[in-house]
Amino acid sequence: MLKKYSGHPYILWSMIFIVFPLILVIYYSLVKVSSETGRLMFSIEGYKTFMQPLYLKVFIKSVLLALEATALCLVIGYPIAYIIANMKPELQKFMALLLILPMWMNFLLRTYAWISILGKNGIINRFLGVIGLPALDLMFNDKAVLIGMVYNFLPFMVLPIYTVLSKIDKSVIEAAQDLGANSRIVMRKVVVPLSIPGIISGITMVFMPAVSTFVIPSLLGGGRSVLIGNLVEQQFLVVGNWNFGSAISVVLMIFILMSMRIMKRYDVEEEGEMNLW
Amino acid sequence: MVTSVQSSLWKFLQRFYTVLIFFFLYAPIIVLIVYSFNDSRLSVGWSGFTLDWYVKLFEDRQIIRSFYYTISIAVLSSTIATIIGTFAAIGIHHMKSFRKQLILSINNLPLLNPDIVTGVSLMALFVFFKAELGFITMLIAHITFNIPYVILSVLPKLRQMPKDMLEAAMDLGATPWYALRKVIIPEISPGIITGALIAFTMSIDDFVISFFTTGNGVSNLSITIYSMARRGINPKINALSTILFVSVLSLMLIINKRQSKESKKSI
Repeated sequence: MLKKYSGHPYILWSMIFIVFPLILVIYYSLVKVSSETGRLMFSIEGYKTFMQPLYLKVFIKSVLLALEATALCLVIGYPIAYIIANMKPELQKFMALLLILPMWMNFLLRTYAWISILGKNGIINRFLGVIGLPALDLMFNDKAVLIGMVYNFLPFMVLPIYTVLSKIDKSVIEAAQDLGANSRIVMRKVVVPLSIPGIISGITMVFMPAVSTFVIPSLLGGGRSVLIGNLVEQQFLVVGNWNFGSAISVVLMIFILMSMRIMKRYDVEEEGEMNLW
Repeated sequence: MVTSVQSSLWKFLQRFYTVLIFFFLYAPIIVLIVYSFNDSRLSVGWSGFTLDWYVKLFEDRQIIRSFYYTISIAVLSSTIATIIGTFAAIGIHHMKSFRKQLILSINNLPLLNPDIVTGVSLMALFVFFKAELGFITMLIAHITFNIPYVILSVLPKLRQMPKDMLEAAMDLGATPWYALRKVIIPEISPGIITGALIAFTMSIDDFVISFFTTGNGVSNLSITIYSMARRGINPKINALSTILFVSVLSLMLIINKRQSKESKKSI
């Protein structure tokens, strides 16, 4: 009895609060209040609007910026994951803790703090002023948004790579060295290929929140940097055009699920359970 | 000789890089903490040491209320999600392959979907049913995105459990409830605790989903900070975050010390 029914409350819950809301968003993306009769009618206007160059550009910009952030996180994060994985075991635990600790400070607040570092009268520009260099325009542009993304999502890249690296059997590396591989070849032919599952989950864990964020651009981009997430937020909360807002959400959802699907193909270590997405 | 110089240079580079990265990660936090002691409303420049913000913090009703909402939503949602999620995991564990795949895929949706899509879809649901946005809707939203974390932390523990343990207990005369309490729960409790902790953390730090599913003046700390950001963040918020950060830090250090002491004892 326990086996049979203990899953039922959640099946009901997930139908009402996960499946149905998504169906509702798809529904809203396809209907519109008719201006003549005041009733709901079928319309793909939301998707049509999205295809306008203005909005397509926002979408492409979001994807490119998220890709840039993901690449930067990988390039910056891989070495640090490697360094931590080669430390003494007690130190490893402590360093992993240090990586997670910042997440316990409110994420909006940490992002906001960058304004007082990068801003016009911020710490960097004051320092530049002291040593007699001209001030830089670091704040409220795409660069600031990029820094904010890398800052916020770097731990998501480092942690999975570190986990995989720390589990690599040291004797595999020794075997490669005994067989005459120098350190560069060991890195390229042994360590990196073995860490691919970590890299894959790192990439998905950074790219996904980066492409859909609206907080980072609205705090650090200062209105000059509108991304796809801002567009959704505006349509739902400011403009009130649910048809268009839902259409963007649906496109965003399909895009993410598809890119996850593609990423999964490169993941050599499949778990036993299959997934529909 | 050359190799030893090279390896020590290599070591130095590694240390330098580590320090640099952690400086990058901690710089904003240091800035926040420093400004919580700054005798000026604006977060530019240093105008002297003060503890004023820590005193004024407790007089600010808006901040105290949003702190209260954050904590109560986190406690309630992680508790309810842990209960529903643990039962769900037991049920899913015993399902046949197709149903299992289907429900696990649905379970993964809130994890894979961007937060903003989850937030918007829940808001659409609440508006569709004409539910008044506020504490309850935000709580439901938090439970919904927390359950998947609980399920995903409990399932591996169930898989590690010997297959026929439940049957064995029941053959020996245990009622299903008794078997659950005395056999299954103790066996999977590490997974339950991990799941509950992840759920609690996710709930405390959530902004996007709460932002779309709340209303009626009910706002958690993140929402309060977001609405303050346009006018400039009040140092009182810095003070509150410093208190929270230091308490979590000391809690973690205590747990860490205890664990290392225990592991030394066992050696």
